[in-house]
Amino acid sequence: MQDLGGAFGEAFRLIGAFDGDLVEIVLLSLRVSLSAVALAALVGLPLGAAVAVARFPGRMASIAAMNAFMGLPPVVAGLAVYLLLSRAGPLGDFGLLYTPEAMVIAQAVLVTPIVAALARQTIEDLHGDYDEQLRALGIGRTGAVATLLWEARLSLVTVLLAGFGRAIAEVGAVIIVGGNINHVTRVMTTAIALETSKGALNLALGLGIVLLAIVLAINALAGLLRHSVAESAHA
Amino acid sequence: MPDDPLAADAGRTRTGALPIAGRDLSLGRDGRMLVDRVSLAVGTPGVTALLGPNGAGKSLLLRMMAGLIAPDGGAVTWAGRSPDRARAHLVGVVFHRPVMLRRSALDNVRFALKAAGVPRSERRDRAMAALASGGLDPLASTPARVLSGGEQQRLALVRAMATGPEALLLDEATAHLDPASALAIETLVLKARDGGAAVLLVTHDLTQARRLADRVVCLHGGGLEADLAADAFFRGPPAGPARAFVEGRLVA
Repeated sequence: MQDLGGAFGEAFRLIGAFDGDLVEIVLLSLRVSLSAVALAALVGLPLGAAVAVARFPGRMASIAAMNAFMGLPPVVAGLAVYLLLSRAGPLGDFGLLYTPEAMVIAQAVLVTPIVAALARQTIEDLHGDYDEQLRALGIGRTGAVATLLWEARLSLVTVLLAGFGRAIAEVGAVIIVGGNINHVTRVMTTAIALETSKGALNLALGLGIVLLAIVLAINALAGLLRHSVAESAHA
Repeated sequence: MPDDPLAADAGRTRTGALPIAGRDLSLGRDGRMLVDRVSLAVGTPGVTALLGPNGAGKSLLLRMMAGLIAPDGGAVTWAGRSPDRARAHLVGVVFHRPVMLRRSALDNVRFALKAAGVPRSERRDRAMAALASGGLDPLASTPARVLSGGEQQRLALVRAMATGPEALLLDEATAHLDPASALAIETLVLKARDGGAAVLLVTHDLTQARRLADRVVCLHGGGLEADLAADAFFRGPPAGPARAFVEGRLVA
């Protein structure tokens, strides 16, 4: 076990030197995970809200499925996307395997159930309070979904953060569909895994500290945003 | 209301909502009849007070009349047809506890106008006029959720009135309010009545019913006990639970 002080030293050296490779890896990590969360939000938020508001046969089963998929192991998500995107797979013609786009898809598959399930819970609670008022105003189901998504916007920021935390921290899915190719698909988590397996523990720990700092910074930023919006928009 | 600008909107208001009529309405929960074969219609301008002790089924009856919950038995009609979303803006509903959207007071009213199909260009002016009618115009840009309880309920009423409804259904709208706030609500209700609206007012406050009502309907234990002109009712309801309620005796 190397000493932690050495790891911190390495981390600060990397950051201080504004190491080109490190910056590239950090930016790709952010790009992939933010795109994945955006994609997951686009699908997961309306889906969660629709399930919260609609009444249909099999509703309980679909809620159970969404909740179960929250715990989808990243390697399984990666494998599924790998099979879809591989040359022989149904989407093989697009040639997406081992590209950042493939990583975005894999992480979106991972994050969408989390966003949908948490949004469903949030919106369903809110719907209980709003339902009769919205119907009294003549708002239909589609309108209710849109209204409730907007009304729940503060809680949904937290939902998206949970999804982002999951995406930026996972390694299993991106390594399978991305392949950890230097300068192409290497992100922080795959870099850490690689450096660790090469025995460069200081560098791995240094990268780990940078990753932690980024996650903390983004959470803090979102917390601030949430707070200021809460101050100005409602009690 | 004939001078309602909405009347010009294609199709939406061509048929009205009055009378709002419930026929043989029944509603049960867990084997208990909470509303038991009640028939009630409000169709003419004026205030009808729906009186009765807690648990008499007043709120459930009002929500059935508003088309918000479906009766187990009987049927509700607005102007002879089942309630529908396209006419929701003709029937304003104000609940026991106001439901405020997380946006400004003005935008709460604009939201209702948009739902009623009012063209975007008219919404702001109409919303401001509605707020002014309730004395809320200085608070137009205040987030609705930071308003006081009385202001929120007034905003809920203003929002319901902004679309020019033919009927207003109020479910204990002043139950939580101090006298001044309740008075402000009552003033608005009378304004709506003078504008030609049919008002159905659920209350267990006898003095409020005396102040406002032209007609009193008394519910007890889910059944209709009395349906009289207000004078006749307060001069002396026939007998039974309605009389006991008016005289302030405990009704079981």
